[in-house]
Amino acid sequence: MQSNGRPIVVVKDLTIGWDGVVLQEHVSFEVRRGEIFGILGGSGSGKTTLLRYLVGLAQPEAGTIDIDGRGAPDLVSGLPPFGVMFQGGALFGSMTARENVALPLEEWTELPARAISAIAGTKLRLVGLEGAEEKLPSELSGGMKKRAAIARALALEPELVFLDEPSAGLDPELGVEIDALIKTLNETLGLTVVLVTHELASVYRIADRVIMLGRDEKRIIAAGDPRELRDSQDPRVSSFFHPKLEEP
Amino acid sequence: MPCLGGVAPSAGHFDDAATTTRAPSRSAFRIERERDVIRLTGDLRLAHAAPLWRQLCAATRDVSGAIAFDLSQADAIDGSTISLLMDLRAELVARGVHAEITAAPEAFRPLLRIYTAHPPPPRDGRSARRHPIEHLRDLARGARAEITNALDFLGNMGVALAAIVRDPRLGYWKSVPSHAEHAGADALPIVLLINALVGFAMAFQSAKQLQLYGANLYVADLVGISMTRELAPLMTAIVICGRSGAGYAAEIGTMKINEEIDALQTLGLRPYNWLVVPRGVAMLFVLPVLTVMADFVGVFGGMIVAVTDLDITPVGYLIETQLSVRPWDVATGLIKSVVFSVAIVGIACQQGFATSGGAESVGRRTTSTVVTSLFVLVFLDSVLTVIFRIFHV
Repeated sequence: MQSNGRPIVVVKDLTIGWDGVVLQEHVSFEVRRGEIFGILGGSGSGKTTLLRYLVGLAQPEAGTIDIDGRGAPDLVSGLPPFGVMFQGGALFGSMTARENVALPLEEWTELPARAISAIAGTKLRLVGLEGAEEKLPSELSGGMKKRAAIARALALEPELVFLDEPSAGLDPELGVEIDALIKTLNETLGLTVVLVTHELASVYRIADRVIMLGRDEKRIIAAGDPRELRDSQDPRVSSFFHPKLEEP
Repeated sequence: MPCLGGVAPSAGHFDDAATTTRAPSRSAFRIERERDVIRLTGDLRLAHAAPLWRQLCAATRDVSGAIAFDLSQADAIDGSTISLLMDLRAELVARGVHAEITAAPEAFRPLLRIYTAHPPPPRDGRSARRHPIEHLRDLARGARAEITNALDFLGNMGVALAAIVRDPRLGYWKSVPSHAEHAGADALPIVLLINALVGFAMAFQSAKQLQLYGANLYVADLVGISMTRELAPLMTAIVICGRSGAGYAAEIGTMKINEEIDALQTLGLRPYNWLVVPRGVAMLFVLPVLTVMADFVGVFGGMIVAVTDLDITPVGYLIETQLSVRPWDVATGLIKSVVFSVAIVGIACQQGFATSGGAESVGRRTTSTVVTSLFVLVFLDSVLTVIFRIFHV
């Protein structure tokens, strides 16, 4: 989907860390409305940690985050203006897939139970989970859990969703299905998607722009169209996009 | 199922929700019915979904024949509202009404396309309420599964023990000391405290009655025999069951759902030898030792009352205890503690191995471990007490 240029996420000079260790410094970028924005980086570069800061689960040590002009996300005072899909799905184990999706609707709308159930059912069918509505997370495969988590993230019709590794660990066919779903939602709903991933195929398929976090440099080492980054002459970037076996 | 009504409008948390908007509009919605057409006007997003649903239900209550939901005047719509319209449509179709969504503006069509590609399943009009026989069937299946699990555990334990008797190297003995430390040394303070308090409370309760008959000294007999034969083994087992039994079930259950037990098997190791036998051996050693210590502190708890409330000297109390408590009284308590230790480890590990699914199942099995163990401990205590009585020991 063509973005309309207005930023919905603005990050300025952010420092992120974990347990006293600084992972990234001076992180600055903007996510435009209606685009699919990828955050790339190798293991341990701080991708998921950055996501935790973006959604308000961690507070910046330095720098600022602004979501939709409302400042840093505040998870204490009410409903945040975005949906989040965690890496493992983070479905509530004691609830069925339908109940997982229905939960935010029960908490944040005045809809009666039947209407909520209808909406939850449709969201689950939308992500291809028809027939699995009444299953517990323990009865779902890894891919099904991720799709249920996407449905839950979409339950309140957010304009912005954060997806952590939505296609990682899935077989290629299922990975493509998830990517197609994200792209469809982006194109039809105008959904802005912030995607944390290290799946390059997924990035090429759906991302409009990406940033790449350098693990050793502790900063953004590249930004732009994923195809531009793929052709980059910067050895740090090209080694990520075109990894080679080292000669013994 | 009838549409529900009478709900208040929602607070409008979703004004900026992702939506297909034909023209910028913040106007509220309106629903008008003209014969076979229900026209939806204005903002049809999730923020207004509750009153929208209520009004749509009211507008379609007496519909028959055919009805069309006309979206030509809608300014904005989102997936949730389309879901509601589709659900309502499915209900009307089940009632024999020809219902359709019509005249959607061009801007809404992609959204409508992806949502209407996943319609709700057809309604068959039958009640979703389950028949009591189905509940009974589920209960019977659940009971059968539990019995199968228990028999499976016993069978596997039998095989494991037989293998270890043939070749003791098959046991994972290295972990026995650490299990004994966790179940024994770490539990010692709470076991001693509880048993001292039990001895104290028993002596305190009986002191007044004994004083009435001038039988103050017999408080030593009462506390000594009760503690050694009955209360010290039982109270110690209850503490250990709540502490170590629940821990074993949770630990093994978590290993089960994390596939660690499968991993043990793929490494050529035997999970029952590895996980159950060391815990069982440690408990067989620890529980009797704790019980003997509990006997002592229980007697000590009673002595405090005897000395402070019944004017008995400590030496007098201890001599009376020595005269009244026979070696067999202590032995019966120890025999009970051995049986209890087998029950605690057996139930906890069986529940751990029976865990399946996710974190919720671990919690359920842990609770089940404590409840089942408490019942079994009291039941075994009663049975053993009767047996000892029959054999005059």
